Amino acid sequence: MDFLISMFNSLPGVAAEGLFYGIFALGVYITYKILDVADLTVDASIVTGCAVTTICILYGVNSLVAVFIAFLAGMIAGALTGFFHTFLKIPAILAGILSQFSLYTINMIIMGMQSYLDTTGTTKALIPMSPTAYASVSKFSLIVSSRDKISAMVVGFVFVIAIIALLYWFFGTEFGCSLRATGANPKMARAQGINTNFATVFGLMFSNGFVALAGGLLAQYTGGSNITFGAGAIVIGLASVVIGEVLCSAFFKKGANFAVRLTFVVVGSLIYSLIKRFVINVGLDTNFLKLISAVIVAIFLSAPNFKNSFVRKGTKKGA
Amino acid sequence: MLELKNVCKTFYAGTVNERVALNDVSLTLSDGDVVTIIGGNGAGKSTLLNMVSGTLPVDAGQVLIDGVDITNYPEHKRAKFLGRVFQDPMTGTAASMGIDENLALALRRGKHRGLGWGITKKERAEFSKRLEEFGLGLESRITAKVGLLSGGQRQVLTLLMATLKKPKLLLLDEHTAALDPKTAKIVLEATDKIIREDNLTAMMITHNMHDAITYGNRLIMMMDGRIIYDVAGEEKKSLTVPDLLKKFEEYSGGSFANDRMMLSK
Ligand SMILES: Nc1ncnc2c1ncn2[C@@H]1O[C@H](COP(=O)(O)OP(=O)(O)O)[C@@H](O)[C@H]1O
Ligand SMILES: [Mg+2]
Repeated sequence: MDFLISMFNSLPGVAAEGLFYGIFALGVYITYKILDVADLTVDASIVTGCAVTTICILYGVNSLVAVFIAFLAGMIAGALTGFFHTFLKIPAILAGILSQFSLYTINMIIMGMQSYLDTTGTTKALIPMSPTAYASVSKFSLIVSSRDKISAMVVGFVFVIAIIALLYWFFGTEFGCSLRATGANPKMARAQGINTNFATVFGLMFSNGFVALAGGLLAQYTGGSNITFGAGAIVIGLASVVIGEVLCSAFFKKGANFAVRLTFVVVGSLIYSLIKRFVINVGLDTNFLKLISAVIVAIFLSAPNFKNSFVRKGTKKGA
Repeated sequence: MLELKNVCKTFYAGTVNERVALNDVSLTLSDGDVVTIIGGNGAGKSTLLNMVSGTLPVDAGQVLIDGVDITNYPEHKRAKFLGRVFQDPMTGTAASMGIDENLALALRRGKHRGLGWGITKKERAEFSKRLEEFGLGLESRITAKVGLLSGGQRQVLTLLMATLKKPKLLLLDEHTAALDPKTAKIVLEATDKIIREDNLTAMMITHNMHDAITYGNRLIMMMDGRIIYDVAGEEKKSLTVPDLLKKFEEYSGGSFANDRMMLSK
């Protein structure tokens, strides 16, 4: 009973976090599902988002503006991977890893060469700040904070709806379609006059923009930026994407509209967030989460393969 | 209209695996030419088309279309002038996108792709009408994913995509070779019809000598990266399959027996 009550009480927090990570997962969806590139940059660009947002806030930038600046910073991070991948012709996975490595240093520089920076200004940034920046946390009006989980949830919800609408529109445009074609069949895309290098770079930028935006919201929510925050984030993103996908195809057997599929990515993230909370409330060490996440991703990624081979066996017997 | 000037292409140059795919090939096509291309495996036929489409860069030589030197144009920029259908039915279309979406992508070939809608209602209706002409029933399932179509249906769709915006030059690389004979015939006839109706200039690689003779106004035969025989007009019309085989033997120095050129029907 106590357990249920504590689970229930943690629901707003679970929802808020799930929604923020849902934005992150939508970013991963763009590269992983639409561009067909497994982009590992996200582990670092989410931290870039955290770091940039935290610094901006410490310098008195409006906290909403700060997450948009984070979005731009994420786009630059994505451009770096795109440069490695298309211009230097480095395979996507390696290009992402190289970016991740480069960004670690850059993130440290942004955070003033310290691995933790909080929005209260008790830690110091690289560039000396104005005295007001050191003021207490109440001086900063954050758009989301873990101190008010209900409103964090509402803000997260608004962001998610706006981003799904934006993506739905964008991937319906001529330019958006050229990105989809690039991911679906690059040879065909080039034969139809699409500059697949440009499409890939833009897709990586767009994706990492949302990843960093999610980082910006999470930094405000958790109260700061931590250099180790993004380690393994890609797995959380993939977990959300695959959980969402499996559920979506279970509910919509005939295939769902793009907006619905995007919504299910966020649903996947919410479920992941719930599982995470469950693990914590059960009293398991949170370090178990990584192993659990990996198992979840492995199961959901391989599920379609198993299903197909069962179906094939079945029809063979029938024939 | 198309001019290839002394085009050379060697793969793995300077290694033991060196393959001379094109050896100083020059070729000029006039507007309205429909050239069939035959030759043994590895003769350089696909490489020739790849030099035109920019899929691979030339080692030396020039490619001109209507007098414009496009040798240094990247593939996507050359696409403006070209319609292409490939041997593998998977290559020409995006399986995870709808029939209509694939056509809409093709309709915008050579145009700037901005933030306007990727497909409109009007276009969809237009596509339905075009698809109807082929009698494959594709018009009634226009939003279906292309991945659900058969190889023949995909080739017909690719053909329509290649010609939806009239290309200066249509490149067909054994586009019926992966299909069963009956479907191959349907696709080939559709190709012929479109070429005639739209007055297209085309290059068509085929393994079938009979088709090479039947279709087009000009025929070229390739061997070892060279054009060894180039025939047009009345002379081409009167060709027979035995004539072609004889030519092939002549040029290959009688090695026909151990270098079976191609299947003929
Ligand atoms: N992308 C490539 N990489 C390496 N070798 C190639 C490539 N494309 C073609 N070749 C080689 O070039 C020669 C000509 O090939 P190709 O033009 O495909 O012949 P065809 O289409 O007439 O059968 C062959 O020896 C082939 O192995
Ligand atoms: Mg070939």
